[in-house]
Amino acid sequence: MSRIRVLVGTRKGAFILTADGKRTSWDISGPHFAGWEIYHLKGSYADPNRLYASQTSDWFGQVVHRSNDGGMTWETVGNQFMYEGTPGTHQFYDGTQHPWEFKRVWQLEPSRANPDTVYAGVEDAALFRSNDGGLSWQEFPGLRSVKGHLWQPGAGGMCLHTILIDPNDPNRIYTAISAAGAFRTDDGGQTWCPATRGLESNYELPDPYAEVGHCVHSIAMHPSRPNVLFMQKHWDVMRSDDAGDSWYEISGNLPSDFGFPIAVHAHEPDTVYVVPIKSDSEHFPPEGKLRVYRSRVGGNDWEALTKGLPQSDCYVNILRSAMAVDTLDPCGVYFGTTGGQVYVSADSGDSWAPIVRDLPAVLSVEVQTLA
Amino acid sequence: MIRVMLPTHLRRLANVGRELEISVEGIPTLGAVLDALEDCYPMLRGTLRDYVTKQRRPYIRFFACKQDLSHEPLDQPLPEEVVTGVEPLWVVGAMSGGCANI
Repeated sequence: MSRIRVLVGTRKGAFILTADGKRTSWDISGPHFAGWEIYHLKGSYADPNRLYASQTSDWFGQVVHRSNDGGMTWETVGNQFMYEGTPGTHQFYDGTQHPWEFKRVWQLEPSRANPDTVYAGVEDAALFRSNDGGLSWQEFPGLRSVKGHLWQPGAGGMCLHTILIDPNDPNRIYTAISAAGAFRTDDGGQTWCPATRGLESNYELPDPYAEVGHCVHSIAMHPSRPNVLFMQKHWDVMRSDDAGDSWYEISGNLPSDFGFPIAVHAHEPDTVYVVPIKSDSEHFPPEGKLRVYRSRVGGNDWEALTKGLPQSDCYVNILRSAMAVDTLDPCGVYFGTTGGQVYVSADSGDSWAPIVRDLPAVLSVEVQTLA
Repeated sequence: MIRVMLPTHLRRLANVGRELEISVEGIPTLGAVLDALEDCYPMLRGTLRDYVTKQRRPYIRFFACKQDLSHEPLDQPLPEEVVTGVEPLWVVGAMSGGCANI
């Protein structure tokens, strides 16, 4: 029977949750790296026992670990993220230009083919890659040359938080940055273009249709249909059918189109999940009801999924990297909250149950389906 | 030998006990001790000071003999009690900082 391994990054350590394919009885391992903020953990597609973890601390900076045994043991790898050349400046909160300064790794995305190749999205926003299992990192400076002087930090910092690699073409990579927008490369990272046409940010940008500056919160794709992208923006849920060349809104009947994560069903490319949050100033579910919304038709028509989720007095948030799916049938859907709960649905979202209730605030959730 | 005390997180990262002994060639300055510490425990690089500028991370402090050496020049010799091993050099996570931690 297949097994499930859920990799959870929290404000105070990493946790690894494992279960068989029934997904009802869970073993909890952790905290790993107790006390560190774990922004992201992710397993290699090519070797599921190769894991990468990003630890960060306001005191001690950035550390990266890798595991070769599915998280039972870890080894420290490289933490030197040097911008190529003279980094230059970006816009700061006060409108002045501010030098690019490395702060932390938000996202780790292993390549699909090679467990030693892994991409890192960092703050201040840039994309790095390691070809030696994380020992050394090299930047793709072409990304920052796409009007980088106009990028500016969002409330969470100027972070590159989403990396999507086209499963059919490893030279095509999408990144998303708060608050700069979405970008695509077709040549393996050497050159980039904004992927923002159709995005509209009426209250965040002086030019609502600017090429860069949009606060993209996350992007998702189905691996069988990589030209179709789904985006949760600061406000608005968006869709692209042309690999990010243009976007259109699919918020439809959502109670709020503000939110952070977005995910796609493992077997149904038009089934999409979001978790609406009341507003940019009130980061909790509308009406205190924790509801995942599912569209089975690629957007606009959404249904609330509530069975097993708190429907009163719930004021947690679900952060951008804290939602994922497994590849079992029926598809499992997982998300973690800032209240420390990790929920699982083993039936594509119809019903939910907590795996754990009292972890530190959850920053990221990734899922591995193991043979 | 210079005795160095690390905070808990860095002890775990370096997989060492509460106290380390570091050998320094030449004049034992704070900078020389940090260089030697990073040479012996490369996983600590970047956690105490910036890779390139060698500037102390904002929330790292260096204490010895009941004094805060954090703002002293890196090439200033350490107190005699530290050089002779009577007193340790403390690497401390500052009380401030961590506003994002909840």
